[in-house]
Amino acid sequence: MIKDILKILETDARTTTKQIATMTNIPTAEVARLIKQAEKDHTILKYKTMINWDKVGEEQVWALIEVKIAPQRELGFDSIAERIYRFAQARTVYLVSGTYDLLVLAVGKTMHEVADFVSQKLAPIEGVQGTITHFALKRYKEDGEILEGEEGVKRQPVIL
Amino acid sequence: MSISSKSQHSKYYSLTSQRVEQLSPSGIRKFFDLLASMEGVISLGVGEPDFVTPWHIREAAIYSLEKGYTMYTSNLGMPELRQELSRYLKDNYELEYDPNSELLITVGVSEALDLAMRAILNPVDEVIMPDPHYVAYDSCVILSGGTPIMVPTNQENNFEISAADIEARVTSKTKAILIGYPANPTGAVMSKHKLADIAEVARRHQLLVISDEIYAKLVYGVEHTCFATLPEMKERTILLGGFSKVYAMTGWRVGYAAATKEVIAAMIRIHQYTMMCAPTMGQVAAIEALKSGEDSVTKMVEDYNKRRLVIVKGLKDIGLTCFEPQGAFYAFPSIKGTGMSSEQFTERLLIEEKVAVVPGSAFGQCGEGYVRCCYATSLADIEEALSRMKRFVAKHPK
Repeated sequence: MIKDILKILETDARTTTKQIATMTNIPTAEVARLIKQAEKDHTILKYKTMINWDKVGEEQVWALIEVKIAPQRELGFDSIAERIYRFAQARTVYLVSGTYDLLVLAVGKTMHEVADFVSQKLAPIEGVQGTITHFALKRYKEDGEILEGEEGVKRQPVIL
Repeated sequence: MSISSKSQHSKYYSLTSQRVEQLSPSGIRKFFDLLASMEGVISLGVGEPDFVTPWHIREAAIYSLEKGYTMYTSNLGMPELRQELSRYLKDNYELEYDPNSELLITVGVSEALDLAMRAILNPVDEVIMPDPHYVAYDSCVILSGGTPIMVPTNQENNFEISAADIEARVTSKTKAILIGYPANPTGAVMSKHKLADIAEVARRHQLLVISDEIYAKLVYGVEHTCFATLPEMKERTILLGGFSKVYAMTGWRVGYAAATKEVIAAMIRIHQYTMMCAPTMGQVAAIEALKSGEDSVTKMVEDYNKRRLVIVKGLKDIGLTCFEPQGAFYAFPSIKGTGMSSEQFTERLLIEEKVAVVPGSAFGQCGEGYVRCCYATSLADIEEALSRMKRFVAKHPK
């Protein structure tokens, strides 16, 4: 039941309690209660808006940074990961399998800003053995949404 | 003899065939022309998904073009598609159809329906069908020289065709029963036991049953019963299905018929002289759809269900009584309370509020007093259409 509600909110956070109630056949009051509960137990973390900043001429530099770290006794990768993800510049941080350990997505206003973050903040952290920074040249799709040129419905005016 | 001299001899002479003139002119045509000339119209008129065909299906078709699959296929359809279809029918209904003799790939269900009628009907034959029904049902029977016999259905009996009503219309000329559930235009779905009663009538009177199951996968909270699965019905049923509605592939034109060897052989004889084969690219796309389209279907069905609940509640809130559709993607509210005919309602709604629906009368006499609203359109559009319809109904108290 809560899953149905979450799926709707995940696609459109502005869907009202009343609309959700209609779509799921759950009473409005119950929908409200379930949402409140999900907010409280952090199932719902936040309601945000996806924005294409390019449209308003807001420059953003996106970088994917591979980070190789030496795991610490008892703490593993977590404590170093924490030192990294506490930086506001680190938008997303994953522990990954493969040739490096952490994948950090960093966003800044200029390339310089991101470079500074890597060289002055991230790389010097004790346990970080090396970094490779990939600056994004173009963003095509973000979290399931195509940024430019999304195909519309090309229906012809027919009636059948 | 020249046309003019012939017309002097017979005042009934016409350039077109009498058979075609027997077809009732589409009541939809004038709205369609009007619709095409207007801006800002929200259309609940088109009976097609608003989803674009899932990318993996399109990609498979594009790849087939790159590889040069641009030739005719076997009249029956590509062997791989028939095998996949055979597997699909086995997996879904535990029905065994021989891909080499009991399945035929057609140009949409529309062609399959036409072929089925032409393959089975003789000039005196009658075909029993529900009223209202999809626009092509009676026309296909007439074009094949048969006579359609209507069984009235209505909101009170959930737009279900009853076995007793069918049996009451069986004569020595009756050849077949034509049904299509989940139904266009009503969204009705028939339960297994009620279909079993119809099967009993078919068995008792040795009738064929043409079952158009194009909307089979689009059911909400109920189960679809494939008519051919009913006892002794596989050999009596011409099962029609397709990819258009379920996989959002209306423009690809691929459907199929599953029936006995004899019936399929008869259908192929017409198909080979008219269509030859379904579009090759579409058949490749259909293979991909059958192989890995299940996830896309689940997602679309979930979306349709939300829209269904929104539109039905919305129509009721406006004050229109609305039958609870359980399948397809249509709502079929009654507009009798407005005092308007369904054509009047449709025309005024389009002109005054720029919302396009289809008059129920287009689907048969029993459709009068209803309009068909297709909810295969975005939620935002549905809500806007509902608020416009609310204003419209309030403006026209009976």
